[in-house]
Amino acid sequence: MLRYLLSRLISSAALLLGVLFLVFMLLHLTGDPVSLMVSRYASPEDIEALREELGFNRPLLVQFGDFLSGAFQGDFGSSFRYRQPAMDLVLQRIPATIELASVALLMAILMGVTIGILGGSNPNTILDSIARGIGLLGQTIPTFWLGLILIIIFSLRLGWFPSFGRETFTFLGLTLPDQSIVLPAFALSLFTTGQLARFTRSAVMEVMNEDYVTTARSKGLKKKRIYFKYILKNSAIPLISIIGVQFSYLLSGSIYIETIFSWPGLGSLLAEAVGTRDFFLVQATAFFTSLVVIGLHLLTDLVYVLVDPRIRYR
Amino acid sequence: MKPLLSVRNLSTRFDTFDGSVYAVNDVSFDLKAGETLAVVGESGSGKSVTMLSLLGLLPRSTWVTGSAIFAPEGFELDLLSVSKAELNSLRGNKISIIFQDALRSLNPVMTVGEQITESLITHHQYNKNGAHKRAVELLEMVGIAQPDKRYYAYPHMFSGGMRQRAMIAIAISCTPDILIADEPTTALDVTIQAQIVELTRRLQQDLGIAVIWITHDLGVVAGLADRVMVMYGGTGVEIAPVDLLYENPGHPYTAGLLGAIPSIAGSSADRLVSIEGAPPDLFQEPRHCQFAWRCRYVFDRCWKEKPPGYIISPGQVVKCFYDGREKTPRVEE
Ligand SMILES: Nc1ncnc2c1ncn2[C@@H]1O[C@H](COP(=O)(O)OP(=O)(O)OP(=O)(O)O)[C@@H](O)[C@H]1O
Ligand SMILES: [Mg+2]
Repeated sequence: MLRYLLSRLISSAALLLGVLFLVFMLLHLTGDPVSLMVSRYASPEDIEALREELGFNRPLLVQFGDFLSGAFQGDFGSSFRYRQPAMDLVLQRIPATIELASVALLMAILMGVTIGILGGSNPNTILDSIARGIGLLGQTIPTFWLGLILIIIFSLRLGWFPSFGRETFTFLGLTLPDQSIVLPAFALSLFTTGQLARFTRSAVMEVMNEDYVTTARSKGLKKKRIYFKYILKNSAIPLISIIGVQFSYLLSGSIYIETIFSWPGLGSLLAEAVGTRDFFLVQATAFFTSLVVIGLHLLTDLVYVLVDPRIRYR
Repeated sequence: MKPLLSVRNLSTRFDTFDGSVYAVNDVSFDLKAGETLAVVGESGSGKSVTMLSLLGLLPRSTWVTGSAIFAPEGFELDLLSVSKAELNSLRGNKISIIFQDALRSLNPVMTVGEQITESLITHHQYNKNGAHKRAVELLEMVGIAQPDKRYYAYPHMFSGGMRQRAMIAIAISCTPDILIADEPTTALDVTIQAQIVELTRRLQQDLGIAVIWITHDLGVVAGLADRVMVMYGGTGVEIAPVDLLYENPGHPYTAGLLGAIPSIAGSSADRLVSIEGAPPDLFQEPRHCQFAWRCRYVFDRCWKEKPPGYIISPGQVVKCFYDGREKTPRVEE
């Protein structure tokens, strides 16, 4: 168990390093940021001096090494634009993103799994067709388009929800988002809803044809018990990895939604940082996002082991 | 004495996208309390479907006709016409079934022990503790070492033989009147097969259970069965006491099967060897003898009507027109 954990940790760290290297290189392929920072009338000598001062004239590998050693100590450099440590900016934005992703995941699980179970347990009925339709729709509607439609209908027409921003209230000492989260979370969740509906449906259908379900029926067990202890429990196992992957997607993939709804999370921060070529801020955001994605995958694998008795570490 | 189970004219049809499959056609047989009836026949001859029909375990869009009077001490009912709830109260309680692939037949995410307790709790109102105790006893009865520890094991942690033992423990947990064993040893190697056969025989004697044993293994038939039903194309073409069947097979198909047994008893080669010709087309509703295509003795009548059952010696019923020997029309009960 410990050895398995250790090897997974090492490979995860290597993966993280690889991602950071890629981001770093791609970023520098677009040119160095100094040209953006100086006025149009600066002389080549001035630019060169600033480059020297900020260390952008050194070989890329050295700069990458610098970045890494800084990162190890929690120093990701400062945002050019905000003139603040990049990591501080990232940390400020994290709660909003986690909120949005969690609410979206919850919505997706509630809707997607329910739809999938209903469809999968009644194959080739109208219910099943509806489930398949929703599954397909969720995966084909472009998120940003959906976001705009939601804004037009539910905030401009009906006025039920605000069209942008994040409002909070305090409850039992916790800062929680109010109804301003509903539209962005729903828009964000729809793709995952479709994905979960599809996977749940096929998992349930597959499990219903398993021999052990026939055994359960041959034992004269109550329908409810067969449903929960045999069909749903076995269908849930393949879903765990999908939910894990989807959560990391929701955490990292909310750029469009956060931008459309002006949700002050990591996604909108990243969009802004890329737009202004705020190098250190992009790197800090990328670092954090990769860390979360890779960490969630690791966690998913571990949860698997707890839930499925057939899996054991070697 | 009244038979424990009396199946008459059982037919089962599946409606599929490709058309209707006539999987079981007019099967009739009796099962007496405590006896062992072996069911043999080539793959696809309808052995499993016959048993699943009796227990109502087939998928939707399946048509089952006929009757199956189940008459243990105290009551009597027709398995094919009782309500779903009544049938459910018999399954796993009065009639149990075990299957060929024990690994796939056990719930992979539930401990073996809990799977044994389920029928006890459902049918006999055991509480959790009582059921646990009884499950450990059952594991011991079927020969699993360290039963109190193995109670908590999951199916994948057992060997193939142990899994089939666990299936047997589940099946006998409520001391049923009938145990249906659908090729329970086919997936196991020869020594384990013999152990499972022996275990079943012992439990059957101790508990007085009637067993329907489906098999391809004629060695098992000779060693275990009191009577044998031979199936072909969804029909029981011959039923006979086991010694009569071996001495004087009444149906050309049976004779062909027995002719194909090599003489070294107990070797794994003494399985059914297929007889020349193609198996019947189950997409056609049978209107004549299903074996006619492959029969050496076929004559015009065989293509015109379905043969009824003829009693050719005491307890031996054969569905065949061939008159190379003396036949009397079957006596109706
Ligand atoms: N659900 C189903 N839908 C359609 N046809 C089916 C279904 N189940 C079984 N059949 C068909 O019914 C026929 C009899 O099958 P059955 O399983 O009873 O054979 P068997 O004698 O048990 O064979 P084996 O020795 O291979 O187990 C086969 O032709 C099979 O394809
Ligand atoms: Mg079979």
